Amino acid sequence: MLCGLAAALFALATADIAVTTADPWRELGRLVEGLFPPDFLAVESLGEAIAFTVAFALIGVAAANLAGFLLALAFHLALVRTFAAVIRAVHELFWALIFLQLFGLSPLTGLLAIAIPYAGIFAKVYAEILEEQDPAPMQAMPPGAGRVSAFLFIRLPEAWPHFRTYSLYRLECGLRTSAILGFLGLPTLGFHLETAFGEGHYDQVWALLIVFYALIATIRFWARGWAIPLLFLAAFLILPWDRIAVGANAWRFLTHDIVPHPLRTEGATLTAFWDWLVMMVRDQAAPGALAAMQLSVIALALTCLLTFLFYPLISPLFFGRAGRGVGHVALVVLRSTPEYLLAYVLLQLWGPSMLPAIIALSLHNGAIVGHLVGRFTETMRLRPDAPRGVDRYFWEATPRVYRQALAFLLYRWEVIMRESAILGFLGVATIGFYVDSAFAEIRYDRALFLIALTAVMNIGVDATSRAIRRRLRLSTRISVR
Amino acid sequence: MNLIALSGATVGYGGAPVLNDLSLEVRAGETIALVGASGAGKSTLLRLLYERAGAAAALAPQDYGLVGNLSVFHNVYMGRLDRRNWIGNLRALVRPARGDVQDVLDVLRPLGLDDLIFQRAGELSGGQMQRVSVARAVYRGAEVVLADEPVSAVDDHQSRDVLRALLGGYKTAVLALHDRALAFEFADRIIGLKHGRIALDAPTVDLQPSQLDAIYAA
Repeated sequence: MLCGLAAALFALATADIAVTTADPWRELGRLVEGLFPPDFLAVESLGEAIAFTVAFALIGVAAANLAGFLLALAFHLALVRTFAAVIRAVHELFWALIFLQLFGLSPLTGLLAIAIPYAGIFAKVYAEILEEQDPAPMQAMPPGAGRVSAFLFIRLPEAWPHFRTYSLYRLECGLRTSAILGFLGLPTLGFHLETAFGEGHYDQVWALLIVFYALIATIRFWARGWAIPLLFLAAFLILPWDRIAVGANAWRFLTHDIVPHPLRTEGATLTAFWDWLVMMVRDQAAPGALAAMQLSVIALALTCLLTFLFYPLISPLFFGRAGRGVGHVALVVLRSTPEYLLAYVLLQLWGPSMLPAIIALSLHNGAIVGHLVGRFTETMRLRPDAPRGVDRYFWEATPRVYRQALAFLLYRWEVIMRESAILGFLGVATIGFYVDSAFAEIRYDRALFLIALTAVMNIGVDATSRAIRRRLRLSTRISVR
Repeated sequence: MNLIALSGATVGYGGAPVLNDLSLEVRAGETIALVGASGAGKSTLLRLLYERAGAAAALAPQDYGLVGNLSVFHNVYMGRLDRRNWIGNLRALVRPARGDVQDVLDVLRPLGLDDLIFQRAGELSGGQMQRVSVARAVYRGAEVVLADEPVSAVDDHQSRDVLRALLGGYKTAVLALHDRALAFEFADRIIGLKHGRIALDAPTVDLQPSQLDAIYAA
């Protein structure tokens, strides 16, 4: 814990966190003004934006669900495990950028960008659920029964409620991802948000945000068993399938554009390739990776702080129903806002530096872990003579939740790392910045190289976090919601 | 002088009564032993007495109620958490003052725990944790102690030392005990619970051990 704190302080001392806009408070004031009242009617095709956001999320997550389930069945193979780890290590936005080159601004881009990484995540979680099942019922089976029957009768029914709960959670994440894919040009909420922000129409911004929060907050109502097939059908019908144009571009992209430059040209030599590699690592990959590490470490430390500030807000140990209701609303809003969106807003207010990214990552993840820790305290029973108020916080609650909070935070570190790379699109020089530049310069070979590097970094951080948790003997079983 | 008085009280959880028609008085200077089969309502009665006594009582609950991540010192110190404001307590949490450490050591010594003072409470054995819970009650220094099975996890020999240490700090005590020999040795008065009612309430000198058999019989 102290090591982490020291690392964070060192990273903070060397980070660029200046506010560079001319009059940040005035912009903030105008943003707040836009809330009173939000302008729902002025947003062009608000309904269409929501419909597309939901459609992409539904179909993408459903496809990932099925694919992930099938992968999970084969998780005993190391190849499958590695494959799943690799596809989920690349952020959805990176996948989207790649597919934009292959398929253009068509539905397939958005769907695959959601489905592929999510399939990897589903595979891992489903495999864990199946692995942690009680083996007793399987052992009590008659020896002649086939493996498929055994699976259908015993393992699947037991795992089903966990699958359902997790699928709903992933659908929520899918809505967030779908929304921010709009920043890349797809016709979802993010697209309209960017437009509204660019024009300074903050009342429209708030209209979009409120609709988005309402969508996520009511997910349990509209994402019900019988409604899903209908929504599915509707989603299939409204997506503009005619826009798919997989042509010569795609083939050239895969076979020529992404091959490193020195290897494509005439007289390709190993030394030229080596020089290219060295140049990439020295000028782009290393600074980008370092910045991403720096950002993720600072964000993790601040997330830790915010977790301990947030968790009492929804804990029955500290507040009654009314107070907890307010706490819940605050945390739900922070949890539902995608980090990318939060960083984007702060970027407009404060100008480019690491500050928007730090604050965005910390608020979002602090709300998530704070929520998990707060829920964890719900089952705590204290002695009748336990202290109240601040004493209760320091002497009874925090010492008891400390280890679990640490487990959640270490688990979240991998996610923070992933987002840190992507936030390079928004004014901070992490790897995402160099990827964005490479795509803009049509140097796809560099882009792919850097994306592959983020995947490697991600897998590294995941393994480190797992190792630390094992060393501290912290439980790695995270219950989602 | 009556420290706590109950008259015709009925106690239950969610509508189902556990104790019926209770009338008893806890007089200052008395040591009362509460006996009865498991499930008779001893813990419930102690809980009720604690609610009536409020700040005048110190509690040693059956599940110890320790914070595993904090040290023995901190767990014992929590007995006096209400004597200072939260800033003072925060200081004790982060950097205990020497005076406080000495006071806690004085309480731990008769219980044989002084060498464990800065050990994490979660790493102790069951018997050690129980003694820490007793130490916390002693440290509190209230007027009466309500202890629920304070020596159930320690052996015969140690249990006498622990009870002596506990009663050394308190002139008035209500102890739920399952060991009849200890009840006879340490209590001035024995109250027996059976089926949620007080079946026996007499000074120890007037009782024979065989009279307690009726309390435990089905």
